Amino acid sequence: MSSVKHCFVQNGGIKALSDVPCLAFSEFQQYILDAVAQEWRVCSFFGMEMENADNRTGQPLRLIAVLANEAEKRLAVMTTQIEKHFPSFTTAIPQFHMFEREIAEQWGVTPVGHPWLRPARFHESYRKGTDIWPGLPQELFRIEGGEAHEVAVGPIHAGVIEPGHFRFQCHGEKVFHLEISLGYQHRGIEKTLFGGPHKRTAYQMEALAGDTTIGHFLAYCQAMEALQGVKVPPRAHALRAVGLELERLANHTGDLGALGGDVGYLPTSSYCGRIRGDFLNMTALICGSRLGRGFISPRGVRFDLDTPERLEKLCQALARAEKDSNTAIQLLWDSPTVMNRFENTGRVSKETCLALGLVGPTARACGALRDIRHDFPLGHYQTAKFPTEPRHESMTGDVAARALVRWHEMHDSLRFLQELLPNLPAGGIASSATKAAPPLRPNSLVVSLVEGWRGEICHTAITDAKGHFSRYKVVDPSFHNWIALGMALRNQEISDFPLCNKSFNLSYCGFDL
Amino acid sequence: MLKILAARLQQGFRTVDYPEEAPVIPDRLRGLPVIREEQCRKGCQACIEICPTNAIIRDNDLQIDLGRCIFCGACAEACPVKAINFSNDPCLAVSKREDLIIGKSGIKLATEPEQQIFGRSLQFRQVSSGGCNGCEVDINVLTTIVFDLSRFGIKIVASPRHSDGLIITGPITRNMKSATLETFEAVPTPRLVVAVGACAISGGIFRDQTEQNNGITGLLPVDLFIPGCPPHPITILDGLLRLIGRVNS
Repeated sequence: MSSVKHCFVQNGGIKALSDVPCLAFSEFQQYILDAVAQEWRVCSFFGMEMENADNRTGQPLRLIAVLANEAEKRLAVMTTQIEKHFPSFTTAIPQFHMFEREIAEQWGVTPVGHPWLRPARFHESYRKGTDIWPGLPQELFRIEGGEAHEVAVGPIHAGVIEPGHFRFQCHGEKVFHLEISLGYQHRGIEKTLFGGPHKRTAYQMEALAGDTTIGHFLAYCQAMEALQGVKVPPRAHALRAVGLELERLANHTGDLGALGGDVGYLPTSSYCGRIRGDFLNMTALICGSRLGRGFISPRGVRFDLDTPERLEKLCQALARAEKDSNTAIQLLWDSPTVMNRFENTGRVSKETCLALGLVGPTARACGALRDIRHDFPLGHYQTAKFPTEPRHESMTGDVAARALVRWHEMHDSLRFLQELLPNLPAGGIASSATKAAPPLRPNSLVVSLVEGWRGEICHTAITDAKGHFSRYKVVDPSFHNWIALGMALRNQEISDFPLCNKSFNLSYCGFDL
Repeated sequence: MLKILAARLQQGFRTVDYPEEAPVIPDRLRGLPVIREEQCRKGCQACIEICPTNAIIRDNDLQIDLGRCIFCGACAEACPVKAINFSNDPCLAVSKREDLIIGKSGIKLATEPEQQIFGRSLQFRQVSSGGCNGCEVDINVLTTIVFDLSRFGIKIVASPRHSDGLIITGPITRNMKSATLETFEAVPTPRLVVAVGACAISGGIFRDQTEQNNGITGLLPVDLFIPGCPPHPITILDGLLRLIGRVNS
């Protein structure tokens, strides 16, 4: 890919908006097609309104694409401008499918030729009167035939779980197709960010997905620090990594336990339910909140491991949780009945994974080595190379592989924390800049990536001439990965749905925003 | 089999003794705020200005609406004279919305309803209605062996038809409103509603956004309010136990 007509960016680096070229659509299209052919993938693709336009309706829409290439370790941003329609990329490049549905819903423009153009979240267009689905709700995909039947699940599910609607097209027990229809948790977060940051913005960024509080808020802080020119001290970077890895450990433990529960194997499920809480309590030991609310700030972190006692307590808790999780989770691999249910269930092939642009442990379980900590490291991960070995290459893409990847990642995180905690960098925990937040640099763009426990979190911030957000775009890993659950269920028995679902454990609110 | 037994031995017994014994609470937990009215400087607006959810009220007295408070601690940090402090006291559940507005005299915690109909068996259906999954996480852990909710006769069940009430989280999004209300209708009477978290009580950090309904408070009668963002599991457990008269003090 030639670098003439797009612009390379760094994770957490700032770019003047004028350095990002705006291509004619045909050029833009050709660049994207060429790039994806050369193994670039889509991190984010979204619309924003052109600035200084008096008449909001009917004005052109700017489309921005953020692409990544792990092999070259490069991020690129490209933009173009469209009117009311643009030719859809989805048929040629399936990983655009949900981004185009989102753009259509948010801005009332039509990606022409999109194979399945339905609303992503069921809300009105940001531009009044431009909705392209005036007669909501829309029909779901349906298979016709005497022996085909459909099963509808949700939005109210059986457990303590967020709402979403699942529609299965079945033949007997066999699932031909699963369509996932979300939007029930839509709180309108992105819409409130225009003209931000506002007083509530930081708190909403912590609540994009409660189980990924640190991951999402770290992405926001990285973007803000780039825009404000704030330098974060090394100790704060290290403590942020501690928070992020504890979040990963808690969620991976909980999910491995729940996978045991879904195949009726109770020892692992009951132990892991508790051990997950032990990891959450470690975060609470540092900052008072089990989910890490208020732990970090756009200047550093707000809480320090200030005393030797606190550090010692954390190290001891970590050692105990490691021992407990080792015995609890080892039971899974030692139990033939469990492995029999995990293996060859809910398989997603590497080809499917690459075509759909999957991220995180889901992608790694298919053998696609994508990890922000390794490919686009920022903060503490720049200095301490995260131990992400390319050992997952033979991963089979089934429930067993997704479970095993989580287990490997737990070991990586535990080892990382055990090495880091006794050697935390000395010094302050927050930038010594004046307490009042510095203004954001105007007319700039920042792409901020974090490897959350579900995978790549991508925040893109663009400021206007006054230094306010003219667009702030959030992509939760679930946005890429929900379709993988649908693919995993094809030709599976419907009774395997809970097991497959838990092996991904995707976020409803992170998708719905 | 032997491996399972060995693991069982290694894991040990790990259920907390609450309410018989005081729970172990992290020292940095931001729980019940303590207001020292006498220290508050006249004319100072620092806490009111910084609060992201307009939870601080300053008429004659300095008060905090815990139904709106997200326990971020920004007010305590902003106050030049430390008139607001967050203790790590996790007991916050109240029976009436107005009891969430606390001043210097502290909090009036929930008490057992006068007509107790759900003594030793209480089943709840949980509905997440725009919750960020934070409150759900801390409700879910109550069913783990650490808190072991079922030893009190309280269970979280799959069907509203099998339940005695709803535990509601989230600001009630527009897209979930009808499903939430229909779920309530499916619960046989008499029935309870428990609102968990700032979102369910007041809309929290999403208050007044058009995509939501400022919580369940204006839509259904609520029997127990458990504030927090999210509340600590002990806060939720304590609230539920007050509902069945197992905790009174």
